[in-house]
Amino acid sequence: MKQAYTWAAIAAIVVASTAGDVLLARSMRRVGDVGELWKRHGFLKVVGRVLATPSFFAGVAMMGAAFYSLLFALSWGDLSLVVPASASLTFVANAFAARVFLHERVGRRRLLAALLVAGGVALMAI
Amino acid sequence: MFSAAGDSLLARGMKDLGGISLHNVSSLILAILDPWVACGIVLLLAFFASYMSALSWADLTYVLPASSLGYVLVALIARYFFHEAISPARWLGIALITAGVGFVAAGPSLTTPARTHAPPSESASQEAQP
Repeated sequence: MKQAYTWAAIAAIVVASTAGDVLLARSMRRVGDVGELWKRHGFLKVVGRVLATPSFFAGVAMMGAAFYSLLFALSWGDLSLVVPASASLTFVANAFAARVFLHERVGRRRLLAALLVAGGVALMAI
Repeated sequence: MFSAAGDSLLARGMKDLGGISLHNVSSLILAILDPWVACGIVLLLAFFASYMSALSWADLTYVLPASSLGYVLVALIARYFFHEAISPARWLGIALITAGVGFVAAGPSLTTPARTHAPPSESASQEAQP
């Protein structure tokens, strides 16, 4: 039963973390080129524009949910399982979520890169 | 780099503070008063700002693998500054991450249509001007 709770918490981390990344990316897409905006209107305008996008707060909230899911997962499962499993699955989930929700062209190159990085992160956490 | 440096400073500060037990969680809050931990938090905030800026210029599927080079930097800092041992599996992980970053960096950073630099209302008012 403890193992089932651990994997449920890992799934929650992956979903919340992926949703957070996608929402933050969508927020910055609405803001546009930060460098150009800063040059034309100043730093405060950049901050104001970021804070004016609702998806920024939703993204930060999802990141918070991912953090608390991590704490729950660590209370039930081993660190050596929770961290590599959640980090590497998040990389792969992000590749699919970016394709579906952000309409990014995730070709073979990017999919292979996501798998390589996911494998690498899993090995780093051992 | 901000992420790797921030994590390293947090690790340095937390090592100074020693182990924190669940019965003494308040010491975790006081940990931010440690200069190493405070500098680490500032650098992690700089990482978040840099990450958000990168997302305004490139795709998520480009930024995410590229920023994972931070894992490699953390391992190298741990090896050469904290004298931690790195197992062969971790060296293999470093090689895989580097290869993945190389793969994604060789391709285009943006595959989605160009973004607008102003909200629709502002764009409309700019277009209306002669």
